[in-house]
Amino acid sequence: MSHRPAAAMRPTRAEVCVVAIAECFRGDGEILANPIGTIPMIGGRLARATFEPDLVMTDGEAALVANDEAFDFTENKVVEAYNPYRSMFDIVWSGRRHVIMSGSQIDPFGNHNFAAIGTDWRAPRVQLLGFRGAPGNTIQNATSYFVPNHSPQVFVEHVDVVTGVGWDRAAAIGKGGRFHNLRRVVTNLCVMDFGGPTHRMRLVSVHPGVNVDEVVAATSFQLTRADPVAVSRWPDAGELALIRDVIDPTGLREHDVPDPD
Amino acid sequence: MRDKRCSEDDVIAELESGMTIGIGGWGSRRKPMSLVRAIGRSELTDLTIVSYGGPDVGLLCATGRVNKVVTAFVSLDSIPLEPHYRMARQSGRVEEEPWDEGLLLLGLQAAAWRVPFLPSRAGLGSDLLERNPRLSMVRSPFADAEDLVAAPALELDAALCHLNVADMSGNAAFLGPDLYFDDLFLGAARRRFLSVERIVPTGDLLGVAGTEQRLRINRTMVDGVVERPGAAHFTSCVPEYGRDEAFQQRYAAAASTPEAWVRFRAEWLDVSEADYQSRRARRA
Repeated sequence: MSHRPAAAMRPTRAEVCVVAIAECFRGDGEILANPIGTIPMIGGRLARATFEPDLVMTDGEAALVANDEAFDFTENKVVEAYNPYRSMFDIVWSGRRHVIMSGSQIDPFGNHNFAAIGTDWRAPRVQLLGFRGAPGNTIQNATSYFVPNHSPQVFVEHVDVVTGVGWDRAAAIGKGGRFHNLRRVVTNLCVMDFGGPTHRMRLVSVHPGVNVDEVVAATSFQLTRADPVAVSRWPDAGELALIRDVIDPTGLREHDVPDPD
Repeated sequence: MRDKRCSEDDVIAELESGMTIGIGGWGSRRKPMSLVRAIGRSELTDLTIVSYGGPDVGLLCATGRVNKVVTAFVSLDSIPLEPHYRMARQSGRVEEEPWDEGLLLLGLQAAAWRVPFLPSRAGLGSDLLERNPRLSMVRSPFADAEDLVAAPALELDAALCHLNVADMSGNAAFLGPDLYFDDLFLGAARRRFLSVERIVPTGDLLGVAGTEQRLRINRTMVDGVVERPGAAHFTSCVPEYGRDEAFQQRYAAAASTPEAWVRFRAEWLDVSEADYQSRRARRA
């Protein structure tokens, strides 16, 4: 569906991103959908509220909750189970999880960095988060990435330090890499997967209003393209109502990705 | 049962320069900040801090107490990157020994169980083993012969944790959403100290906790207990108090210039803990 919806209901770029995130979870069934960040959380909730009802999701703290609301639901929280950090690692190591992480640098095979920029580990040019759970996540459960600022500084030929494991490195470790499952990259411009030759990153769809050339210019490495490159789908009327009225009524998503129009 | 009540200064007197000190909590949540502030004021140097890091790490870096941080992340949660830690790292003053969050759990668990390592797949394929030479590989002795990452036992000279409530012997409960890995920090350490919001008679512990399942720390795991309401400020200590976001922003802004840090330090660090607590109460 590439035609433009009526102006009053016209979805924003952030809402297109929400739907693209939701689509990452299609077919996942009864696993922990663990999208980290504002738009990822909204996208996960949307997937569960529509086509993927068996997903399990957290409250961002220590509980698994049934609520459709993504934030601010302490008054009517519906708790399914207790899930402190220790239980979270049980889930990661069991593989029954699909995480969506942010990334400061990502290479063509999906190797990922959010620890530090610069190659001198003793005194990095920019200290970022650390390795966090990225090594364990990427090697043991399904992983996708969300990048709200698609730019040549993020999509680079080589990352400065590998925190999350890409397809080439997972292949190189053989049996130990058998649970590695890097799925998709959603950005403010497009959706990519790893369907290129030898699992290289491939442009699957551009968001409505984005040209392929824009994506190419914002990516430092050679991007394989699906044939044809599709246009990311708009949310339908039901999805839009869910996003705006139930999941994120205060519109936090618009701070993550400003609308270009 | 022994009376293990003590002060922050008593705890500091048990610590020495060069020690490896584990700090409980997670990010900017339920950190033993009164003990951290006391270390910040002390003469201790060359400490190695093991932590799911937050302002505990940042403050000890800013005060020059630390030369190495063993961690998977340092974050203020609502402020994703800890500015004092960033400055220390970017200037090369502080070394980071990186761990995966789950491997750190296993390292503490191995120390608590007195085994040399625990195996995991976490780390395979990433740069973790290259950046952290203490991690190693191990081959399964069974027919699968799988190669795994060995998380070495993270033995601690001392552990500092903040719990909601305890008795005077060190039986303690967490009343918030998550114990985090406080039991493992205590289990991995030679000397173990708690700060708590309040000390109650042992007979009242269950009533305060509401269920045995919150009474996760027993007195064999604890050498000293400091009663200090507000000790975790400005990190969260639910249900007693949430994170003081306005104060945390001031703390973060104090990393912007050396002068800002001098002012923050004079007002909020180079004062007794009693003065700190009365000042912050007036501020609120």
